Amino acid sequence: MELLLVFLGASITNNFILARFLGICPFLGVSKEVPTAFSMGLATTFVMTTSAMVVWFVQTFILEKFGLPYLQYVAFILVISAFVQLTEMAVRKISEPLYKALGIFLPLITTNCAILGLALLIPLKGYSFIESTIFGFGAGVGFTLAMVLMAGMRERLAFADVPEPLQGAPMTLIIAGMMAMAFMGFSGMIAM
Amino acid sequence: MDYFSLLKTAVPSMGILGAAFAGGLTIASVKLAVETDPRIEEIEDALPGANCGACGEPGCGSFAEAVVSGGAKADGCPVGGSEVADKIAEIMGADAGQESVRSLARVLCRGGNQETFARSEYRGIQSCKAADIASSGSKSCSYGCLGFGDCAVICPFDAIEMNDNGLPVIIDEKCTGCGNCVDECPKEIITLAPEDKEVHIRCSSHNEGKTVKSICEVGCIGCGICAKKCPVDAITMENNLAVLDYGDCINCGACVKACPMDTIETIETDAKSKKQKTKNKKKKKANKEDSNPELKVVESKSEEEDDSSIEENDSTTEDDNNESAESECSISITDECVGCTVCVEECPVEAINGEAGELHEIDPEACIECENCVAACPKEAIITD
Repeated sequence: MELLLVFLGASITNNFILARFLGICPFLGVSKEVPTAFSMGLATTFVMTTSAMVVWFVQTFILEKFGLPYLQYVAFILVISAFVQLTEMAVRKISEPLYKALGIFLPLITTNCAILGLALLIPLKGYSFIESTIFGFGAGVGFTLAMVLMAGMRERLAFADVPEPLQGAPMTLIIAGMMAMAFMGFSGMIAM
Repeated sequence: MDYFSLLKTAVPSMGILGAAFAGGLTIASVKLAVETDPRIEEIEDALPGANCGACGEPGCGSFAEAVVSGGAKADGCPVGGSEVADKIAEIMGADAGQESVRSLARVLCRGGNQETFARSEYRGIQSCKAADIASSGSKSCSYGCLGFGDCAVICPFDAIEMNDNGLPVIIDEKCTGCGNCVDECPKEIITLAPEDKEVHIRCSSHNEGKTVKSICEVGCIGCGICAKKCPVDAITMENNLAVLDYGDCINCGACVKACPMDTIETIETDAKSKKQKTKNKKKKKANKEDSNPELKVVESKSEEEDDSSIEENDSTTEDDNNESAESECSISITDECVGCTVCVEECPVEAINGEAGELHEIDPEACIECENCVAACPKEAIITD
């Protein structure tokens, strides 16, 4: 039950994009088509889950043990960039078109603040290993959910009669704001 | 802070962590290696590498990929020209097909400071675009080159220099035909022409003849003599301006001689020497197939008949045709002729008949008196009356 709450809290109540406002860059950049957005979400979920696991190990067995909490950022960025590299190679191997569609946003997962935010939240909340893994996975699922919802709306928006000054980025930001307000309805459902 | 403990824990721990990830990634990069077509890299090496985008692809890398996947042709790089196309074709193991010709920028205006005058004084920003906004610039001709050298500035290859006369000069060796200057010129007087085309109508003015004469010494007055003299109808008159279709032009130079304003100019390029080599090859082929030249003669004759029947309403042209048909052509071949067939090759209208080693003859009806043969004859056996 505890784990389910962690999962729901990470994915919906405290959605990384729509409640914490982390990772807005790919949220706006790769959300033009649903398939690409979904793939981007999957890649990010993979990086989030694996980094959450490794970050917990690094935090518990290296940083805390040797009294090096000030090296958190360095160590976490190292972990994240390594796993992004791995993801990039895997995606290229599995699907060349997907690799091209994601383009620069794939290596840019490294600098996605949602992932560093996740890594920094884990020691802050004092999660166990299992909880950390679920937390990372939930965050990834929440990220994917927001991406796909956004892409779905933007796909329909292509046929909508949007006033000229609002076309493109302005309209996308307005939608993002409205989605964030809708997600506010979940707040308080799960006390985290 | 205790620096010793820092060395004892922080540096090794981060070092080991980094080394562990590096090792893992190395294994992964071997296991997850994607096999790319080695030809892509080879083609990329053969390309100029300017990433100018003139081919339509974002850069040389994506062009190489497009060639390998079949999305682009081997001769798709306009900058590299035939040389690069041959290399790419070799890599792809296919023939480049038609010999691709490099494009060069050509400035279609001859009216520099000497040939034109300033109708007002311009003291604004020293750029063509700025001057153009201020009532189309200060030059007497509102179609002509403004001379501030925006094209020379934008040229990524330093292939354009401004001369003392205030006109841009294209350095053929450096020009890649990327077209940046074409887009930059506010007067739209720069165009891309195939390297092997040497005749250029260097005026862009749509002014009436009278106006042109009063403002520029070398502008096109729209008289249309060049269009009439052109043996292949490559020149058309568009709103008081002669426009040359480079696709049809055969470099005969008949229009250059005919132009009363010296607007049409021959700019010699290196392409001529290259072309002569291929021409010699073609000559051998043509000799083998005897039927082809005859066919061509028949075709050209029938075309002439068509033209005259269309222009029957125009009384003046009809008269001209009659005159040329009646009068003997002023060029003749003397007994000095050794039958080398050089003039046969040079003649733009195939008016000279003759087999190798025999005395050649000129068909007076077909001859347009361009005198190309006179200059070409190595024995000076062709004379003008």
